Amino acid sequence: MSTLQNVLIGSVRTAVGWLPEGWLPGGRPDPLIGRHGAVGRQSALSDAPEKVTGAARFAADVAVDGLCHAALVHAPITRGRITRLDTTAAEAAPGVVAVVTHRNMPRVDSPALIGLSNPSAVGNSDLPILQDDRVHYNGQVVAAVVAETQAQADHAATLLDIGYEVTKAPTDFATAKASARTIPTLLYEPTQRAEGDAEADLSTSRYAVDAIYTTPWQTHNAIELHALTVIWEGDRLTVHDATQMIAPTATALAKMFGLKRENVRVLSPFVGGGFGGKGFWDHHVIAVAAARLAGRPLRLRLTREGVYRVVGGRSQTEQRVALGADAEGRFTALIHTGTSVMPPYSCSPEAFTLGTRAMYRSGSYLYSQRHADMAVVPNTFMRAPGEAVGTFAVESAVDELAHEMGIDPIELRLRNLPEVHPVTGVRFSQHALDQAYRDGAARFGWAERPATPGERRDGEWRIGMGCASGSFPYVRLPGASVRITLHRDGTAAVACSAQDMGMGTATVQTQHAADRLGLTPETVRFVSGDSDLPPAPAAGGSGQTASIAGAVMAASAKLVGELIRLAGNASPLAGLRAEDLHFDRAGLVAREDPARHESFAAILARANREEVSVTASGAVPMEMFRYAMHSTSAIFAEVRVSDVTGEVRVTRMLGSFDCGTILNPRTAASQFRGGMIMGLGLALTEETLYDERTGRIMNPSLADYHVPAHLDVPPIDVIWTGIPDPRTPLGARGIGEIGTTGVAAAIANAVFNATGKRVRDLPLTLDKVL
Amino acid sequence: MAITVNGTKVDPPGDMRVSLLDFLRDDLHLTGTKIGCNQGACGACTVLIDGERVLSCLTLAAQADGREVTTIEGLAEGDALHAVQAAFVDHDGLQCGYCTPGQVCAATALLNELRTGSPSYVTGDLTAAAPLTAEEIRERLSGNLCRCGAHNGIVSAVLALAEART
Ligand code: FES
Ligand code: FES
Repeated sequence: MSTLQNVLIGSVRTAVGWLPEGWLPGGRPDPLIGRHGAVGRQSALSDAPEKVTGAARFAADVAVDGLCHAALVHAPITRGRITRLDTTAAEAAPGVVAVVTHRNMPRVDSPALIGLSNPSAVGNSDLPILQDDRVHYNGQVVAAVVAETQAQADHAATLLDIGYEVTKAPTDFATAKASARTIPTLLYEPTQRAEGDAEADLSTSRYAVDAIYTTPWQTHNAIELHALTVIWEGDRLTVHDATQMIAPTATALAKMFGLKRENVRVLSPFVGGGFGGKGFWDHHVIAVAAARLAGRPLRLRLTREGVYRVVGGRSQTEQRVALGADAEGRFTALIHTGTSVMPPYSCSPEAFTLGTRAMYRSGSYLYSQRHADMAVVPNTFMRAPGEAVGTFAVESAVDELAHEMGIDPIELRLRNLPEVHPVTGVRFSQHALDQAYRDGAARFGWAERPATPGERRDGEWRIGMGCASGSFPYVRLPGASVRITLHRDGTAAVACSAQDMGMGTATVQTQHAADRLGLTPETVRFVSGDSDLPPAPAAGGSGQTASIAGAVMAASAKLVGELIRLAGNASPLAGLRAEDLHFDRAGLVAREDPARHESFAAILARANREEVSVTASGAVPMEMFRYAMHSTSAIFAEVRVSDVTGEVRVTRMLGSFDCGTILNPRTAASQFRGGMIMGLGLALTEETLYDERTGRIMNPSLADYHVPAHLDVPPIDVIWTGIPDPRTPLGARGIGEIGTTGVAAAIANAVFNATGKRVRDLPLTLDKVL
Repeated sequence: MAITVNGTKVDPPGDMRVSLLDFLRDDLHLTGTKIGCNQGACGACTVLIDGERVLSCLTLAAQADGREVTTIEGLAEGDALHAVQAAFVDHDGLQCGYCTPGQVCAATALLNELRTGSPSYVTGDLTAAAPLTAEEIRERLSGNLCRCGAHNGIVSAVLALAEART
């Protein structure tokens, strides 16, 4: 994150802008776009049978002989030093194998912080891990106890005698905000962007709204607890992990423990939910080190409280959104600024102003945000980082402006949709939010919404409708590679270290590879979850599907050349070049003369080969620089609000999405719904509470942090435009996070429509609504 | 005495303080039963004792002495999926699959509860059998959290099964 990075991004954009489109990936649309094949069909998750029978082995389920178990000890103070450390009682407790503290922990470097400048970096924190006596935040791990059983480890962990010297630390947002800093870059964008004098235009606008919106700390709370099963054999390390970054974790562990990369294997075939939280954290390093010290295979499974103490969540935000409009409702000024928390040892800037920059055009604008330093467990990315909370502020403000002007909030949005990216001026690769709104409004019955708040009621319940836009950028990560192997029996395997946390990665890539190679999905196997396979990037930024699809495209192109070489002169394809051929009917076919065909099986048989295998990486994702590429959505919600208690019940929701080609309607609908339910939690129930006096999380449990339960979740209707994006593999953009954006605002706007009460502080709990 | 687990008799643990969850996972290696909180808040550890659902993290193994425990591994007979398992697949009632064993066990018990007419918090008329509504099912499954957001699929799977049985 540096000024240099801004210059680099700027100059790549300029250079790419000069290139003819044909030179870029996506310059010529992917020939599979619009083809009717396996892609686009309903298909159940390929691993569903293992999951419903309990056969799926998650990281803490792997059986290993001689396993010992670890428990962590967390600092009860927020900042200071350990002044007394007596491990005698713990070491003498039944079953204890080892006690690990900063005194005997092997010396390891801290991981590099995740950032654009270093794609292999995995650090959510760059603080030392059990390397010295210092404590930086409340809950930091200060020791680990290893014992024969988990119960023995848990008990012995209570016997450590640790004394602390406490020093002052920033734990109160209001104070920390005053000295918040501005970093030069927000992920891929300069932090500050301004055009004209937005403040001046705001003050002279015909209509204006100007308000502060706040959103709370949140915790990912995947139901699977973070866990590792660690096995050392000499200088070979095997880790069964619950991670959304398999290959990067293997690389990082190799580096930190001085091992050869090929001697480190990370396996994570099933991940019980990630949402940004299953990255690389202190417990990885501690478990690997503890297993080495213990000289035994070791399991470390965090407790639920441990997850809150070790793994940071989404930062709280305080945002200002001001909107000015002329008599026709065209935005004359748009200001989105504010503050989130990012201690210097964290990597995640909660970029809540990024989405807004792509959503609306305005005569003048000002975007900027600041980061407060607080002594907290390092905050990180959580499903739709930035946009989930940024859209709450801006989409509430648009609703407020529409109310002030007395026009329909959809109409106001449509009047201000941009033709090109409003800040960078580049073209959208594909953008049909207007259609998503029209389709969604018709299906939801938006016309029944009374324009005046508080008009509909049913007994004690007031009823209202709201809507909001969502937005999330397209990402295709560089460095994704896959291996395609064709077998003589006519089957194919596609392999990479991808991670499937239930999104349907394997299911969809099986469908994709079948179409790409002219096979049926039944004859294709997608292999993943293992760092020994060609490296896939982390599952993040909603970019995994496009990244792997790009690599499959590259590998299949390479495969054509390999097959021509093997086919030789006796083949019906003899004399044809790669560009004359395409995959069809389980073989290669001449474009000009479909009768000239030879099956993979025949080519391999003649060449006397059992299989042929190629590995390739996807092309550099230049399309991201050449075009503005965003998934967008129109979210609709209907709520009932009790006059008596202030309770908000969401009775139905609809998400209308514009995300390019939908590869598998069934798994996609599940992704959209899942995202929207996380948005519902943000709107109504979820909040990680820090004690601002001490900096300690007060509700580190699923009993006190309220994840939406079945009764909170209404029927959710999901539709999409399905218009392919001509610049992406398969015409698809990401769908994993867009669902979470826009939802909180749609619900808050519905509460306003029901009651006339505008709540600008999430979650919308009863006390705020009454 | 002995605990019957998925039809097989096993000795109760020597240490009376061991939870049913730890007994199943650590001693019997039946890792299909999951752990999400160890305090009764998530439902991931749901199993059946004599056909009724319990949170195995809040149950001592000793409490199952002389009784029949059914875990996710013991639901199906042979290789075919149990009807509830098949319905979860058909209705996309899962994503990551981690809450799934608990949801499936809870749903299995829930269908019995509906059959025997036991009411829930949202049942209006306590004198009649609980109606087969999505709301009844959502209420009765609310102790089983799902963070991936597979709720709609789960409820439609269970509703379809409940309707098929009447
Ligand atoms: S593990 Fe038993 S309820 Fe969560
Ligand atoms: S399917 Fe992942 S928690 Fe329910």
